[in-house]
Amino acid sequence: MSLYAASKKIYPRSVEGVFAYWRWVFVAITQIIFYGLPWMEWGTRQAVLFDLASRRFYIFGLVLYPQDFIYLTGLLVVSALSLFLFTAVAGRLWCGYACPQTVYSEIFLWIERKVEGDRSARIRLDDANFSLEKLVKKWYKHFLWISLSIWTGFTFVGYFTPIRELGMEFFHTTMGGWELFWVFFYAFATYGNAGFMREQVCKYMCPYARFQSAMFDHDTLIVTYDEKRGEPRGGRSHQTDPAAARLGDCIDCTLCVQVCPTGIDIRKGLQYECIGCGACADVCDNVMDKMGYAKGLVRYTTQNAMKNNWSTREIWRRVMRPRVQIYTMVLLAIVLGLLVSLGLRTPFKVDVVRDRSTLSRITEEGTLENVYRLQIMNASEQEQTYQLKVQGLPNIKIETQTDVVVAPAQSRWVVVRADIPYGSSPAGSHPIRFEIQAANTRDYLVEKSVFIVPR
Amino acid sequence: MSDFTSNYWSIFVAVVSVLGIVYCALLLWFSSQVKVQVHKPDDLTTGHVWDETLQEMNNPLPRWWLWLFILTMVFAVFYYIAYPGLGSFGGQLGWTSQNEYDQEIAQANKALEPIYAAFDAQAAEQLAGDPKAMAVGERLFMNNCSQCHGSDARGSKGFPNLTDKDWLHGGSPDKIKETITKGRVGQMPPMAAAVGTPEDVRNVAHYVLSMSGSPHDSVRAALGQAKFGACAACHGADGKGNQALGSANLTDKIWLHGWGEEAIVSMVNAGKINQMPAQEGRLTPSQIHVLTAYVWGFSNKPIAK
Repeated sequence: MSLYAASKKIYPRSVEGVFAYWRWVFVAITQIIFYGLPWMEWGTRQAVLFDLASRRFYIFGLVLYPQDFIYLTGLLVVSALSLFLFTAVAGRLWCGYACPQTVYSEIFLWIERKVEGDRSARIRLDDANFSLEKLVKKWYKHFLWISLSIWTGFTFVGYFTPIRELGMEFFHTTMGGWELFWVFFYAFATYGNAGFMREQVCKYMCPYARFQSAMFDHDTLIVTYDEKRGEPRGGRSHQTDPAAARLGDCIDCTLCVQVCPTGIDIRKGLQYECIGCGACADVCDNVMDKMGYAKGLVRYTTQNAMKNNWSTREIWRRVMRPRVQIYTMVLLAIVLGLLVSLGLRTPFKVDVVRDRSTLSRITEEGTLENVYRLQIMNASEQEQTYQLKVQGLPNIKIETQTDVVVAPAQSRWVVVRADIPYGSSPAGSHPIRFEIQAANTRDYLVEKSVFIVPR
Repeated sequence: MSDFTSNYWSIFVAVVSVLGIVYCALLLWFSSQVKVQVHKPDDLTTGHVWDETLQEMNNPLPRWWLWLFILTMVFAVFYYIAYPGLGSFGGQLGWTSQNEYDQEIAQANKALEPIYAAFDAQAAEQLAGDPKAMAVGERLFMNNCSQCHGSDARGSKGFPNLTDKDWLHGGSPDKIKETITKGRVGQMPPMAAAVGTPEDVRNVAHYVLSMSGSPHDSVRAALGQAKFGACAACHGADGKGNQALGSANLTDKIWLHGWGEEAIVSMVNAGKINQMPAQEGRLTPSQIHVLTAYVWGFSNKPIAK
């Protein structure tokens, strides 16, 4: 055996059933969101737009600054915890139903099936000698794949550049170099990963697939072959009584292997390649129906349940174990915290920078003056006036304009001079606070700085 | 310093880089020759068992991984030929970060050309009323001038306030432009010997204070008036200074180098050389034009077009 081996192409057979239905539901939901979201409008702008050049991130009513990245952290924590929770309950749900890799593979496979036919037709076509029919079918398939890929790349870039303008630029061939690069780069990634790499990405590249196994235990619902019931496997006719023939319920039709998108045999038990899509469970149920046997030879169940012959109620009682309860509670707490913090967010930010060049100066009026630069960042979509106040030393006051107007979603630097009467405070560095009130609102911020009195 | 004068490290790095690629190639060749012993061919286990039930399997890596490895090595070879990396060898393409920076700056300047051309077409007095030009001016000021003159341009001790009407070298746009372009050297020579005794110097200081109506000893001021002749050569008999020479006006309440008797005495005794560095070469003439308008606008109302 060599350390390297040529990978064999997998031809998954099409399948119908309850899990296949839910897979397509999730494909539809994720893709409607992905392709549709950039086209939604919010007021006069795109509803979801990550404007990297001007560093503003618009999500419906929210305008986020790079300083709001803590919310992204929150989102990632929520995603991670959701993964822990779903994986602890029912294994690789993410992989089977929502991961872009499997979702796009499924879409590409659907196109392949429409053009070239199902598993056996595809195998025959690939084995066939070169012919006009083969050429046309292959070209047609790749044409459809590439079209979808480019549309996907275009949509992706549409999250970062207003998609309507991007569309106009596309048709006038005036698209910028980087936009063009990312459209084709993302298109190439989609085409390559969903058309050719498929299960290889899950098996050899995805770190995520591997560490999900660490979250399994004996009470996790996984796609399992009921060995006790199925073995000994063997072919038989409809009339044969399995008990009399000393056969299990598995008729060894190998359909479960043929439908598997990662090309494994579920009857060998849980394997790291299994993405938990349930295709084998669907196809086996259909076969059991035809044979007149009970469904569920391959089914979602836990390892403990399989061993102890538990009923569905008993299984679910064990699935809702403390581990799952704790994940759920932590997840809910963080989601709640994130929502509350977003709801109570002050829609502006202020950054106070003491002037670097001038420590302190004496003015003609005989006052002691310190200079500050305030960056006021308006995170609302209206023009807003901000009222500045300074506190912290006796008789300290702002000499410059105290009302500052900032344009919608813009930030502005203003120079602020704060004065105290000469000799009213001892030499040294004194803490002061700037209080900034957004006019006609209840939004209010306090920022700390220091006032320096020279010796 | 021998690190930089001898070739030793350059050769060392080059040898390590090349050997690294050779090592990877050998390892790859070796590993593709290795055959794994499979204990039971039907389930691919190698017969190694740990922790009672954990069996080692041979899951061969797909061959395209091998091609990726080879691709990275080929890339590395071409990279070393084209770009800097092999010790001090600069690469066939002649790429340097300095070149790239210069190109980017040249590109940016080209993109800015039409914007600055529109600014150049206007006189500084008009430009001061153009909000777009003034926004550019503010950024230029913050990056190039505020280090000394302060973010609010009001300066501090030794660094002139640019927002008042008091100008050492003249406040017309032309003069301001000249100051920014060529820089200025303000020179106050040590005058103690010319004025007279230390007592005379003190008296002159009080006379100077009296010129601006600042608190002073009027007896000393009267005595000092006679000795002011030595100062009048530059500051004028009336003490109002001379912008052609860059000598300060002593009759206002602006004290660039400190206020009060002691500050003036030390100025007369020690003198002072104060320098505004030339910005020519650091900034383009167009940038200086915008800055001129920006600075002029601190103390003047812009003229409408």
